[in-house]
Amino acid sequence: MTAQPVASSMPVLRAEGVSKRFGGLLAVNNVDFAVNESEIVGLIGPNGAGKTTFFNCLTGMVVPTTGRITYRDTEIFGPASGLRKTLSGRDVQAHTPDQITKFGLARTFQNIRLFPNMTVLENVLVGRHCRTREGVLSAVGRGPRFHRTEREVRERAAELLQFVGLRRDEDELARSLPYGDQRRLEIARALATDPGLLLLDEPTAGMNPSETRATMDLVKKIRDLGLAVIVIEHDMKFIFNLCDRVAVLVQGAKLIEGTPAEVQADPRVVEAYLGTTAGDEGSS
Amino acid sequence: MTSAFLRIFDRYREQILRRTGPRGRVLLIAGVVLCLISSVLPWGVSGVGYTNPLGGNLQSVGIGGPRLYVLLLTLVACVGLTSVDGRRRSSLAASLGNLIISVYILRGLVHEGGGTGAVGVGAWVALVGSLVLFLGADTLPVTPRNVLPRLSAVADIALIFVVIGVGLAALVVGLDIEDDKQFVAFAIFVVALVVAANGLGVAAAFTSAFDRYRYIGYAVAAAAAFAFPFTQHGNAQWMAVFARVGVFAAAAIGLNVVVGLAGLLDLGYIAFFGIGGYVSALLSNAVFTTVHVHLPFLLVIPLGAAVAAFFGVLVGAPTLRLRGDYLAIVTLGFGEIFRIVAINWTGLTKGPNGIAGIPDLKLPGGFDFGKPHTVFGQLLPFQSNYYFLDIFLIAGVMVFFARVNDSRIGRAWVAIREDELAARAMGINTVALKLLAFGIGATLAGTAGTINVHIGEAIEPNAYQFIFSALLLSAVVLGGMGTVAGPILGAALLYAIPEKLRFVQDYRLFLFGLALILLMRFRPEGLIVSRRRQREFHEGGSGADAMSQPGQVAPV
Repeated sequence: MTAQPVASSMPVLRAEGVSKRFGGLLAVNNVDFAVNESEIVGLIGPNGAGKTTFFNCLTGMVVPTTGRITYRDTEIFGPASGLRKTLSGRDVQAHTPDQITKFGLARTFQNIRLFPNMTVLENVLVGRHCRTREGVLSAVGRGPRFHRTEREVRERAAELLQFVGLRRDEDELARSLPYGDQRRLEIARALATDPGLLLLDEPTAGMNPSETRATMDLVKKIRDLGLAVIVIEHDMKFIFNLCDRVAVLVQGAKLIEGTPAEVQADPRVVEAYLGTTAGDEGSS
Repeated sequence: MTSAFLRIFDRYREQILRRTGPRGRVLLIAGVVLCLISSVLPWGVSGVGYTNPLGGNLQSVGIGGPRLYVLLLTLVACVGLTSVDGRRRSSLAASLGNLIISVYILRGLVHEGGGTGAVGVGAWVALVGSLVLFLGADTLPVTPRNVLPRLSAVADIALIFVVIGVGLAALVVGLDIEDDKQFVAFAIFVVALVVAANGLGVAAAFTSAFDRYRYIGYAVAAAAAFAFPFTQHGNAQWMAVFARVGVFAAAAIGLNVVVGLAGLLDLGYIAFFGIGGYVSALLSNAVFTTVHVHLPFLLVIPLGAAVAAFFGVLVGAPTLRLRGDYLAIVTLGFGEIFRIVAINWTGLTKGPNGIAGIPDLKLPGGFDFGKPHTVFGQLLPFQSNYYFLDIFLIAGVMVFFARVNDSRIGRAWVAIREDELAARAMGINTVALKLLAFGIGATLAGTAGTINVHIGEAIEPNAYQFIFSALLLSAVVLGGMGTVAGPILGAALLYAIPEKLRFVQDYRLFLFGLALILLMRFRPEGLIVSRRRQREFHEGGSGADAMSQPGQVAPV
């Protein structure tokens, strides 16, 4: 990375004018968004506001219709990387989700998507996949390099399990973990890819208050490691206590972005969640 | 009203569910006594037109054939009188084995003797006795499987020797039985014995002993495999069958990479086996070849593998981008395309006549696979040469499978099988890895295929019908997906049993379908279980359950 005089002048992630259209539905509408180094940014909005679709755009799970997304110096999506035509004439993104993960974006899922029949440790080991290169020949040959890499990978995975507090469950099957632990394992698995930016999709959904508090501490610890974090969440207390900055999405478009205090004070946010007080004005 | 009923149900639930009590003991003892008596009584009636009914002489007093099986299974069923864990499972299996054997023999006697007049008193006693025994065993409480104590290293190693030795002995004895009916009785006996031993924890103890002394275990297994030809006394019949079983087993392990690890359903796998076969047939200067080139076999093997791999990639590259069942349909189509091309491209393949007169293999050292050799004073038929070659092939494929499975690549495959989208999000290039699995499967099938045609000395398109893809798939599922040994066992059972029991061949598909349904109901993880699948099917999803297990203590 080139040394920048002011860190904040070079955001970790920058999305410019990102839109995604599904047929007649404009799920994400011209969203500008940026995340700086070591910053926790919240993404809130009513159900169906396009938060998860926006996440999917960032991580390459869906291809944006227009816009430009850059992670550090790499253009994930935009005119430079652009689209690639398949043989059938369909547009696909030049960068696939696995490449984007390799660039340094890692995510968790709204509905937990662990590898249920792999052990806790194996789940994290899979996360190391994109940072190692051992192929079939190396696996069959079992040379010293294979053993060294395998040892390093396991050490790193053990460290991460320690970090999220699942070290003693490493031999359990992922699916037999309690719900809250599954969320934490998903975070550990994402961290195993050595991301610079972590995207958490409703990390506290279904958690009790003490688990939510623990998750908040965990996210802060992750930020202290030097990672930038984007969080989608419906728990406002969680968002406003945790985030440095909050953006509100309503019907695909960004309504407002600011510090938690600014967002909380804005009457439009309440309106977006609860509707207008006087009459039923249909907004289009 | 309902609550009163529930209260009453609650009170009696224990007794209803467990059905314990003195009644069961009486039934068990009565059943054991009746069965033991029946095993020495004559089962047939002398003088009735029923000669040599089931190989042994059933008409006289004495023990032999099915009566020996009943005697041994009855002794095993006595475990129901003890308080060992797993006694219900074991004595149920043993008594059910007894019941099936006696019904089967009775039916045979009636059928061949022309009525119930041919049935001796022993058969009736055995029928009643095993029924009583079964009812008695059914009263036993449900317990977890027995866990045998781990005694010592010597005991572990001895167990490895005993289990593998008994397995080899059972195979040799079974193959020696000429009569179909007697073989069926023997097979029922073996299955009942295996299930009973499994209930008593023998299988689990063997698995853990094998895990501890893996190299000794593999050495013993290899020794047993090498010893097998010496048990055949120069008889070529079974060596020919098992030389075939060997190549199919190697191909099945390749399919296991595709199906068991990466979770891709390949229904045209036999085509890659056939491609390897045709490459080998064409380049070995067969009598009816259309390409007059004779390359040394050590060059033909990699060539056949490479051509199969090429077609694997060709089929896989466009289809593996799609998710779900498209691959199954495309591979199904590819398998048929291969066969139809082979039938119609007469200029190259000689069409339905196939290519005959494929010469036997010759190694550079002058070793001729087509000649019998005398080893340790025993004349081994030439098929043994291919059988030994198979062992080396399988050993190589097994090492390959085990090592790749336990590596970054193997973990990525399992991750893709578990959740493809999450795997992509974790930075796994799913298309490339699926293609890799598919290509490896095709390569291994091609390798096995090159050897296969030399055993049969001919190749023709109809040996590569869809049913053989289905059989290989069944071998993998039956034996145990994701395991090393499972496909070998599956291939051996599926290919050797129809050879042994000719009548099975007519009902082959029906019986395999039935076997697979029963398997899915009673043992969905397959006969041999990988640790992962064992947990997948038999571990509850509740966290509290998992927590209460003695967890591994972190060293830090």
